[in-house]
Parts: sequence; structure tokens; C-alpha cells
Amino acid sequence: MRINPKVSEKIAKVLIWAAALFVLTVLFAIIIYILYKGLPMINWSFLTEIPRNMGRDGGIASAIVGTLLVTTVALVLAVPFGIGTAFYLAEYTREGIVRRIIRFSAESLAGIPSIVYGLFGFIFFVMYLNLGWSVLSGGLTLAVMILPTVIRTSEEAIRAVPDSYREVSFSLGGTKWQTIIKAVFPSAIQGISNGIILGIGRCVAETAAVMLTAGGALRMASSLFSPTRTMAVHFYILAREGISMNNAYGTAALLIILIFIINVVANALVNRFTAKNK
Amino acid sequence: MSENPTETQGSIKLSTKSVNLYYGNHHALGDITFDIPSCAITAIIGPSGCGKSTLLRLFNRMNDLIPSVTVTGDVFLNDVPIYGKDMDVVSLRQKIGMVFQKPNVFPMSIYENVAIGPKHHGIRSKRELMEIAERCLKQASLWDEVKDMLSKPGLGLALGQQQRLCIARALAVEPEVLLMDESCSALDPQSTMKIEDLMQELAKKYTIIIVTHNMEQAARVSHMSAFMMIDENKIGRLHEYSDTHQMFINPKDKLTEDYITGRFG
Repeated sequence: MRINPKVSEKIAKVLIWAAALFVLTVLFAIIIYILYKGLPMINWSFLTEIPRNMGRDGGIASAIVGTLLVTTVALVLAVPFGIGTAFYLAEYTREGIVRRIIRFSAESLAGIPSIVYGLFGFIFFVMYLNLGWSVLSGGLTLAVMILPTVIRTSEEAIRAVPDSYREVSFSLGGTKWQTIIKAVFPSAIQGISNGIILGIGRCVAETAAVMLTAGGALRMASSLFSPTRTMAVHFYILAREGISMNNAYGTAALLIILIFIINVVANALVNRFTAKNK
Repeated sequence: MSENPTETQGSIKLSTKSVNLYYGNHHALGDITFDIPSCAITAIIGPSGCGKSTLLRLFNRMNDLIPSVTVTGDVFLNDVPIYGKDMDVVSLRQKIGMVFQKPNVFPMSIYENVAIGPKHHGIRSKRELMEIAERCLKQASLWDEVKDMLSKPGLGLALGQQQRLCIARALAVEPEVLLMDESCSALDPQSTMKIEDLMQELAKKYTIIIVTHNMEQAARVSHMSAFMMIDENKIGRLHEYSDTHQMFINPKDKLTEDYITGRFG
């Protein structure tokens, strides 16, 4: 039997459209449902007050601050180490056993469930290093967790920079370091920042790993060594223990908004950096 | 405009003595010995895969970037061996600039494209960089076309303009020699003509070596021509090297004649 190419073209088009439509519908349904349930809960006192009665009343100010602190600690550690490792892998090693080991480790680490990172963080940072449930323990654990993502996306972005840029820079008498900084990095920054944004998203959304390492304290964190609760953990506890579904939805809505804001801000920063080059 | 005050036409700028180059086990260049005169255009011609670009990249040690390459024999710049132990590759590449086949403009502004080389060498003063940019863009006869849009992206220029921007960029580190690796092959005839005019102009001050597939181009612009061929063992050899006029009017060798008259290649 022969299929008329015009017919198969139409069928393919319909199927592809249907797939995209279905995915978008599900995605928007979830977001709209959460915002519909959660947005009415968000007001000034929800944003600025500390939870009372285990989160039944009051706001989620301490959880917002906790999320931002833990994420910041994770980024401060993971971004420089991750980008450094990526440049090492892409520019300073030749294909060989060392690179294969590092890449294999990174890929394996990227696939491990976050609860395992949580367990590691609990045993190593919280207990062994005696950092306790704290912003620092949580941030360190998240840093280890997102490191493989940052390394892999950065390495791919660096590799995607055409070799001709390196050749030109070398041919002008540039050293390796100058070549990396002036010729490679500016072209890789878009991809590197995508990896960082992905990492931020995972930090902000992470629940299991942070619960085991940063704790669940409701009061405002006062230092890196204070225990804290992130929004995702707060949401989990509110919903799991049936404390307040309304506040849980409010927290979830705020999480979505926060991630949206982070994406917009990060993209704007990158665009500002690269705008003059486009 | 006086980087090379001691430069005299006809003296020897670069020379190779019994150079062999290997990519791993593959013997790519065999026993190459020739002298390149200063302030002249030397064309390296020959069929694809005969090692023209490899030979060109020998002079600024760009082959070093390929891990498996080994070089034996000597290459001299102003009688100084450039494969010597104490040769600083960075300063060698400052003296020997390169323009590539494709106009590989950086995704930066026109000004920054020219300024990147001098910045590599430690020049920070904005005023000084601006002067260099203006001088080099004028030398590359691009200034009049871009002087009002120096902060615009270099990639926004037409292809021929981009290649002239690359020439300006190479000139900005004040080289003595300019290597041009098929630098017109991606361009339309009009842009090619502009660049050829530019080469003639630059040859008054710089030693220029071009690799080209275009016989007419070699005949039009070059003073000396080096014809390369691979031998039966696939080793790239310098088959004939002489005054361009002589080679194109009266080639010594049958093979050279066949190639330049288009019978093969």
C-alpha cells in the first residue's frame, strides 16, 4: 500500500500539533490551578510575617528568606567550582582517562535522587562536620547536588564555541587564559547561564535534601548556622500534615512566581551582558 | 606607521631548512627548504590536500595546537629559529599575524574586534586603543565604511567587509608578516578584488604569504610562487619555487605547467 505524501504530511502535522497542545494544556492547567488557589492567599502580611501555629496562621517570611539564603550559599559554591571544572574539562584536558572519569562521575551524580544527597548531607555536613541543621549544611548539600548540572551544561556551552575563535585569539598572540576569558567565555555565557538557571530552579524547588540538612525551623534565620525552612519544605509540611491547605497553595503560588522572576532576571542579566555583541 | 623601519625589499624574512612535519605517523610535509623575501607577496599554490595550509601554519606555529604534530628541521624569522627552545610562541604570533579562510569575526563590536589583540598585549588606554583601531581600519581600507558605527556588531557587516575587519584585527598587533589562508575563497569577486588591492598595498610594509586555490589570483598579486604537490607516498613537497612571472610564463617543470594551466588539481 502506498501512502500519499500529502496525506502523511497532514497526519504528521495534526499529530505534532496535538502533542504540543496536550503538553501545553497540562502545563497551564497546573500553573493556573495553583495560582487560582494560591494567589488570593498572598498579601502583604503573608509575605512579611513569620509563620504562627505551625504555619496555620501568619505568613511565610522566614521560609522566603530561608529559600534565598540556602540557594545563595549553594550558588556561591557551585557556580565557580562548576564553571572552573567545565573549563578544565573543555580546555585543559585532552580526551583521556582523567576526563572520562570526571565526566562519568558528573553524569552519575546528576542521576542520583535528591534524597540520597540529603542523606549524604545529613551524615557528612550535619553530623560529621557538626554544622547541624543549618543554612550552611543545606547550601553545601544543594551545591553538591547541582554541581553536575552546572558542569555539564557549562562544558557543553564551552565546547560549542567554534574553534575558529580560539585560533584567532592564539594567532593574535593571546595566551591560553586570555583566549578563554576574551574569546571563549563571552560566547559560552548564554549556555553557562542556562545551566545556572537550571541549578537555581532545582535549589529553589528541592525538598527532601534540604529538609534533612537545613531543618524545618520556622523562625527567621539569623546566620549561616541557623536552622531554617525553605518554601518547598514549608509547602510539603503544610500539605503533608494537613496544617493549612490554603497557606500551602499560597506558598506554592509564590514558589512559581519566584522561579518565574529568577528566570526573567537571569535572562535580562545575560542579555545585558551579550546585547552589545549581537 | 613605522613598525618595520629596517625592512628592506628583497632581504630574506622567513626561511625553512629541511622541514618535515608529521601528523602522528603521517608524514605531511617532506624536506621543505625555501626563503621568503620581505615586503613581497609569496603565494603557496597546489592541489587540495598537498599541505599548503600546514606549511603556512608552520610559520606562526599554529600547528602546535594539534597535539599529534611533530616538526623537524628549522624555520627562521629574521634568522632567529622559531622552533628553538627559548622561542616565546606568544611574541612570535604577535610578529606573524594570520587571516583565515572564513571571516571569523568575534561576536563583538567592530571596535572591540580590532582592540582584542592589543588588549592581549597589555594596552589598556581607551584612547590608545581607539587610535590603533582607526589606524588599522584605515590600513584595511574599511575606515570610511565603518567609522560611524564602531560600536555596532562586527557580524552585521557584509562578508567582504568582515574579512577586511579580520585583516585590521591582525594588523592591530603590529605584525611583520601576514599569513593569509585562502582569505578570499569565501568572498564574491568584487570583495576579492578589494582584498587583492589591499594585499598589494600592504606588501609595501609587510611580508605577506598567501595560500590560494585561485591561479589567477596567484598570478595577479604574488611576486614569488611556491608550487606544492604530494608525491607517491602522499608526502607534501615543494615542487617548484620561483618568481611568479617566471613560473606562469615559463614553468621549469611539466607538472607545474599542467597544474597552473588547469590540466589537473
